[in-house]
Amino acid sequence: MISASLTKEFEAVVGKENVFTSEPERQAYSYDSAVLDPVTPSLVVRPTNSEELGKVIALCNENNCPITVRGAGTNLSGGTIPDKRNGIVILTNGLNKILEINEEDLYAVVQPGVVTAKFAQEVAKRGLFYPPDPGSQAVSTIGGNVAENAGGLRGLKYGVTKDYVMGLDFFDVNGQLVKTGSRTVKCVTGYNLAGLMAASEGTLGVFNEIILKLTPPPAASKAMMAVFDDVNKASEAVAAIIAAHVVPCTLEFMDQAALKHVEAYTKAGLPVEAAAILLIEVDGHPGQVADEAAVVEKCLTKAGATAVHVAKDAEEKFKLWEARRNALPALARAKPTTVLEDATVPRSQIPAMVAAINDIAKKYDLAIGTFGHAGDGNLHPTILCDRRDEKEFHRVEEAVDEIFDVALSLKGTLSGEHGIGMAKSKWMEKETSRATIDYSLNMKRAIDPNNILNPGKIIAG
Amino acid sequence: MSADLTKLAKLLQELDDQMVACMKCGMCQAVCPVFSETMRESDVTRGKIALLERLAAEMIKDAEGVQEALNRCLLCGSCGANCPSGVQISDIFIKARNIVNEYMGLSPVKKAILRGMVGNPKLFNMLLDFGSKFQNLMTSKASEAQGTRKAPLLEPFIGNRHFNPVAKKSLHAKYGTIDTPAGKSGLRVLFFPGCVADKMYTNMGEACLKVFKHHGVGVWMPATQACCGIPALSAGDKTAYDKMVKYNAEIFAEGEYDYIVAPCGSCISTIMKYWPKYGKEYPADVQKKIEKIAAKAMDINEFLVDVLGVKPEGDAPKGGKKVTFHDSCHLKKGLGVAEQPRDLIRMNNNYELVEMDEADRCCGCGGTFTLYHYDLSKKIGGRKRNNIIDSGAQVVSTGCPACMMQMNDMLSQNYDDVEVKHSIELYAETL
Ligand SMILES: Cc1cc2nc3c(=O)[nH]c(=O)nc-3n(C[C@H](O)[C@H](O)[C@H](O)COP(=O)(O)OP(=O)(O)OC[C@H]3O[C@@H](n4cnc5c(N)ncnc54)[C@H](O)[C@@H]3O)c2cc1C
Repeated sequence: MISASLTKEFEAVVGKENVFTSEPERQAYSYDSAVLDPVTPSLVVRPTNSEELGKVIALCNENNCPITVRGAGTNLSGGTIPDKRNGIVILTNGLNKILEINEEDLYAVVQPGVVTAKFAQEVAKRGLFYPPDPGSQAVSTIGGNVAENAGGLRGLKYGVTKDYVMGLDFFDVNGQLVKTGSRTVKCVTGYNLAGLMAASEGTLGVFNEIILKLTPPPAASKAMMAVFDDVNKASEAVAAIIAAHVVPCTLEFMDQAALKHVEAYTKAGLPVEAAAILLIEVDGHPGQVADEAAVVEKCLTKAGATAVHVAKDAEEKFKLWEARRNALPALARAKPTTVLEDATVPRSQIPAMVAAINDIAKKYDLAIGTFGHAGDGNLHPTILCDRRDEKEFHRVEEAVDEIFDVALSLKGTLSGEHGIGMAKSKWMEKETSRATIDYSLNMKRAIDPNNILNPGKIIAG
Repeated sequence: MSADLTKLAKLLQELDDQMVACMKCGMCQAVCPVFSETMRESDVTRGKIALLERLAAEMIKDAEGVQEALNRCLLCGSCGANCPSGVQISDIFIKARNIVNEYMGLSPVKKAILRGMVGNPKLFNMLLDFGSKFQNLMTSKASEAQGTRKAPLLEPFIGNRHFNPVAKKSLHAKYGTIDTPAGKSGLRVLFFPGCVADKMYTNMGEACLKVFKHHGVGVWMPATQACCGIPALSAGDKTAYDKMVKYNAEIFAEGEYDYIVAPCGSCISTIMKYWPKYGKEYPADVQKKIEKIAAKAMDINEFLVDVLGVKPEGDAPKGGKKVTFHDSCHLKKGLGVAEQPRDLIRMNNNYELVEMDEADRCCGCGGTFTLYHYDLSKKIGGRKRNNIIDSGAQVVSTGCPACMMQMNDMLSQNYDDVEVKHSIELYAETL
């Protein structure tokens, strides 16, 4: 319990209307998008400017109250589930201003609570482009994107969130402002703390302002869909496209199980007999797009695609993407609980990974549909289950463990973009080493001696 | 607190199968009008479902707090239309409101309005007829463009609302029962004006009658018909709702007609979808009657365009008075009617249709929501008002009288020179 006097102190900083104390209001911040048990915070505080944010953090540290910063609460690894010991949730949705969009120097400065899609829209209005596009962008925040190093469909060609962070300032546990990076393309002033902050999941500092890189948008694009009767052939096609020195902006994969679910939901006439499909888009200036599209088409046919559909116009392109857009909605509707996994392997290992996932599905008698980013090996095996069925859910947990094992054995990684949080921290040592954990823990202890910055996430110990 | 939490939890468990489909992805945050004003998780669908799950699992003690959260919802259906998992959100919330209110009790004010007044058509009509005669004593003119009034003396009860006066003579008082045979169209409709067109926007009600006459559509408008029940159902008062539905069903089962037509998306979606859905415990013969009635329900815009074939030809008219169209939630998200009212507007060469931003974003009325959460409703309505003004339109049209009330209030409070008209009124002007 937080004492009444401490609550008053928070109210003095942010105003009474920005401190939530009632049971229902607190319980509404006990979960995120991960399938994990909720933990109710003892207080929820919403600062509306930098000064308040700094003061709130200092107050938490002085009183030894663990902080969990929360953007939109859409992470899939429990990163915003508060700590059991008097956890306090700090909301960033009161810090949602775009402070600057600089069209000459191609950067923007934003507060952490700015919603990704809104930001991308504002940037687009000025004829510029912010590429990172996580599937949750309609609600996710830039702060959450940086703290999870969120990826998206465009990762292969344009990179992920960290590739767009030029600098940021963040509060340390004492509420002091730390600055790193700058508005310049080149900057080697001091440690690359901005790099450290990407994927830090709120455990090392609380972002205050973020400087993001912008680029000119591509002038043209072309999309196509290829159908395969064998996952290996799809994978060979991916390898061939890269070997031909074409980097598509998106290169998406869907396996048969996922296709069947999407078709059942959309009735769009998808090739449900196919072992896999690839959805590919190339972009750039029109001449380059035409050339690259021709190369891609050749690679697809050569690798044995049974059909290749090239979208002729924007309308057809929209239709082609229909299948991918509906992948998650279709899978989510099939069963009550949707466990969205994120195991990632080198792209050449996709056939091995997909085969292993299908074996695991059979072994544990589970429905698993797999879609994902073939270009970067980031797959989303999606387990369809009912969390109320304890026996089944136990099998789900075993299956997830095994999926990780396979991913690691294929020299892959636990998580391509969804983060470690609480869900995967027990696996950290297996992928890295004891020394990695110790090194991280030592750093964390030095920076955060009371262990109040989102404890229990990433490196639980 | 009088409620027995365990009992309440048991009742809520009935919703478990529906609630478990929510995967807590939080995409509802992008579209919820209430959340976008308050930015509180307990105000967005994901939060409300989480709280109901807690209540069902007896993990929360403050049931009143959950009830309050549950009531802070417009039932606009935006989240449902945008939900990746296809969760039946409005259904969950309507059922939950009824379960929770049954246990916690309805607030005395709501009870007085829903059961004493709206639920009692004779008394409701009498009170309003009586009120219409005296309202000028209590109110003063607020704005010319919208024809609204304000009532500083009544401020403690109705806030600083600007409202349109109750008609001197309601539709049913002026016309009594209308009963005309099918004309050249060969069709006859049961005309359900809905409370607001009957008692406040009678001009709009008369525009409907004019349109029916022009197209040779026979009309049956029984003077005794009552409210469709949606105010009671959405407020969680199933008792009052049942009374209205059964009362209407008895009347409607008697006549001969091809369609039930209303100039109100809320009334039609209630009759079409809610009457059969929330009456599963009624006697079998009543249910049968209701099913027959529900199958005939149709929005008036849809009736004119899709059944009678009214459709503009050639290019859309240009150069006239600018009009913009607001998509009512129950009309577009509930019934899928969006193009038809626009077609009707394009029939009138004196107007040029321009689209506003976020045309299908809720206006913030939410039926009875505005009565209990006026400040919040005003904020949501303010965004709608800004979009209307930014479109440059001199007239805003819509297909739902409740949205008309809300937009009249918002525009009037800002002294905007913009008129509010139902799409039927714009079409009727051409006849
Ligand atoms: C339907 C769906 C689709 C998704 N698709 C993708 C996808 O394509 N790619 C992808 O990468 N992810 C995806 N995600 C996961 C998730 O949306 C991302 O991780 C996103 O970046 C989280 O943003 P958020 O604002 O919701 O952050 P939150 O979930 O609120 O927080 C995430 C983490 O960031 C920390 N944090 C937030 N703000 C700050 C701050 N100011 N300072 C320090 N730490 C902070 C939090 O403490 C937490 O640890 C998806 C999720 C869903 C539900």
